[in-house]
Amino acid sequence: MSEATQTEAPRKLPGSLDANRRLDRWLRINIDGTVTIFPGKIEIGQGILTALVQMVAEELDIAPERVRLAPASTAYSPNEGITSGSRSIQEGGIAMRYAAAEARELLLERAAARLGVSLEQLNVADGTVNARSGGSVTYWELTSDDLLRREATADIPPKAAAQHAVVGTSFRRVDLPAKVTGIPTYVHDMELPGMLHGRIVRPPSRRARLKDVPADEVKAMPGVVAVVRDGSFLGVVAEREEQALRAQRRLARVSQWDESPSLPESSDPRYLLKMSSEDEVISEKADAGAAACETHRIEAEYSRGLMAHAALGPSCAVASCEDGGFSVWTHSQGIFPLRTDLAKVLGVDEARITVTHVEGSGCYGHNAADDVALDAVLLARAVPGQPVRVQWMREDEFGWEPYGSGMVVRMSGAVDDAGRIVNWSHELWSHGHSTRPGPKNGANLLAAWHLAQPVKAPTPGNPPLPGGGSHRNAIPLYDFPNQRITNHLIREAPLRTSSLRGLGAHANVLAIESFMDELAHAAGADPIEFRLRHLKDGRARAVIEAVAQKAAWRTREKGDGTRGRGVGFARYKNLACYVAVIVEIEAGHELQVKRAWAAIDAGQAINPDGIINQTEGGIIQTVSWTLKEQVKFDRHRVQTLTWDDYPILTFPEAPEIDVVLINRPDDPPLGAGEGAQGPTAGAIGNAIYNALGVRLRDMPFTRERLIAAMAA
Amino acid sequence: MGTRAEPPAAHPERRDCMQLTLNVNGAKRVVEAEDETPLLYVLRNDLKLKGARFGCGLGQCGACTVIVDGAAVQSCDVPVSAVLGKSVTTIEGIGDDKRLHPLQQAFIEHQAGQCGYCASGIIMAAKALLDANPAPSEGEIRKALARNLCRCGTHQRILRAIRSARVAGEGAR
Ligand code: FES
Ligand code: FES
Repeated sequence: MSEATQTEAPRKLPGSLDANRRLDRWLRINIDGTVTIFPGKIEIGQGILTALVQMVAEELDIAPERVRLAPASTAYSPNEGITSGSRSIQEGGIAMRYAAAEARELLLERAAARLGVSLEQLNVADGTVNARSGGSVTYWELTSDDLLRREATADIPPKAAAQHAVVGTSFRRVDLPAKVTGIPTYVHDMELPGMLHGRIVRPPSRRARLKDVPADEVKAMPGVVAVVRDGSFLGVVAEREEQALRAQRRLARVSQWDESPSLPESSDPRYLLKMSSEDEVISEKADAGAAACETHRIEAEYSRGLMAHAALGPSCAVASCEDGGFSVWTHSQGIFPLRTDLAKVLGVDEARITVTHVEGSGCYGHNAADDVALDAVLLARAVPGQPVRVQWMREDEFGWEPYGSGMVVRMSGAVDDAGRIVNWSHELWSHGHSTRPGPKNGANLLAAWHLAQPVKAPTPGNPPLPGGGSHRNAIPLYDFPNQRITNHLIREAPLRTSSLRGLGAHANVLAIESFMDELAHAAGADPIEFRLRHLKDGRARAVIEAVAQKAAWRTREKGDGTRGRGVGFARYKNLACYVAVIVEIEAGHELQVKRAWAAIDAGQAINPDGIINQTEGGIIQTVSWTLKEQVKFDRHRVQTLTWDDYPILTFPEAPEIDVVLINRPDDPPLGAGEGAQGPTAGAIGNAIYNALGVRLRDMPFTRERLIAAMAA
Repeated sequence: MGTRAEPPAAHPERRDCMQLTLNVNGAKRVVEAEDETPLLYVLRNDLKLKGARFGCGLGQCGACTVIVDGAAVQSCDVPVSAVLGKSVTTIEGIGDDKRLHPLQQAFIEHQAGQCGYCASGIIMAAKALLDANPAPSEGEIRKALARNLCRCGTHQRILRAIRSARVAGEGAR
């Protein structure tokens, strides 16, 4: 094993292993023939747990069926921060891989000693170590409590791709059998002895303050155990769920609030242009010679409205308060940061709070998972000894989740007479894209701001480059001699905004890819060829060529006035997966995306079908975002409260999809969960233009907007 | 406040709470609830059948879909009293991990899930369709699912799974 001395500064270890260096934080070899792994990353429907099972089984040479998953908990799991940004494989997966490789080596050392042979004499088949000379012993016989009670060294290299037998195969999702048979799976399904049900009455509008509430009449309702009021935080606990719901409705009716308007005049995101911003040029290239050759210049402005994550299952949490300590079950994407903020609000030491992850409905970013956890804790504190389950209603989720920011993007660019882009400018306006728990100051939990002694919200954050937040994917991957990218960040947000799958990439890539087509049109070029003309990156070119081939793209193909096709491309965050998408739209009675083709290169594919599944899902979700979705509000209130107010793509409307996966087993795996959002939006705008000759630039591309554009 | 209230029978204000006899998954089940309680809450909280899921409580999303006398019904939108004397089937009643229903099998076969929150409601809607019409067209399948939302975008896999169960399951019922 490693000879490294303990006195040196700790060496940087791969992925999340660096911050969680004990091997037994990651896995345990059990005497019963199983291996328990302790991922800090959590399942949000993206299939990460299945990929981790594959990676561990691969390194240990065991059947994947032997791997058990421990739910992530602050009590024992490695702290892997937040599960987001398509970073789970690179951070958690890589750590798990090194930890498992090292565990295997430790087991082999014991086996060698036990069998009296050298390490080279050994091979492993499903946890049984065989010596070439005969004799064998199993991991389950070799293991002991102290086996992994040590620091990781990362000195044992994981297997090379050529040796992989489980990684790289479309191993079936480990969580699916329970989900299709109705076995309790989600935090929503939890039952604890004596569990009560809670509901929250949110203020009617953002600045509303609770004046008066006739709590007694609600307390007298059947089954009501407690009415909890703290400042403008108002909730109810009841024995039965429907009783809690009825009490919530009554409370909402009889409570009195002071309201004042705080929201912009209109739901059009252009209100952003009038607010004060932090301005930064994030990329600049200058070549005066090339700039001088411009022959044709165009300008365009794109936007998207405020968007909802709109998880199918509204957020839910269970909490209990026992002897001044708290237990919380949550579908939060970050159990440790959540614990930090809960401790601030409760004024207790973090050690008094245990936060355990239980799966929720797919979240697509920062939704109300964390907020409902605080709600549950506040209600549980009022009924010590009795666990409380709080379920947000549909209206709570639409009305109060942290939204994806509205954005405005102004493009200006020019081509020369050889049809090359010589000038490119991209200017964007957006709120920040992160108000997750765990900030330095304050707390990012909704109820914290409503308490009589509030813990204030911190200044909203915006993830920095290179990944970026509002400016995610604002810097084009194309090669232009002159470019200037400017980020106008408007921190003060009338409605809280946070990360929604893809963050700024959805609007930035829509703008870039639409504008590429607008310039291609100006240059009289085919959109595919025009993109390739400006791209040096071979992997980028490869996905564009692959999707063009899959869709049988014809050079300069034209739509027929009803149907048409368009292309979009991006490398997510400019450092994760490469995705190119072609869609076909049909503008009949409704505007519909009928078909989509995609090519994705996410480096080494741990689970090819998992990547394809995520890409299909990303495309369908983006079709929905781009054609239909916008959160609406008036000066006082959010007006989007139900699925009727916020229609999403339905089964009759879902497009057929063909995904080509370009697997590169010898390259590092790249995050793949969010790569389709930007390219799909761009492809839709381009397909509409191709079909009808009108350019829609403000998302959502609704029928009304299309009719208005055609009339103009 | 802060103490647990009396058990139901002794509660003076629980006038409307009554014993209701339901037929769920082929078995007689007695619950004590007010008769306008949404069926969904009775299934989940009284009978501990968690497969029907809460998505909206408004009859808009289908996460709570169960089958009542052969028809797909959104259980959040139906008072428990409306199913007395009728036969209620939930996802737990059609198969389990040892004996999967052909639709459940097909969902696994086609990996038709991301978060899976929509899955049980969709499987029940599909089962109601296939029971009534063993060989539906693509359009009929899509139409039968028009009131079931999937936010993860798993639509194509779900449709593929149902199409395959349609063929595989034909004649089996
Ligand atoms: S929960 Fe019943 S339809 Fe949405
Ligand atoms: S798989 Fe998540 S809602 Fe359908």
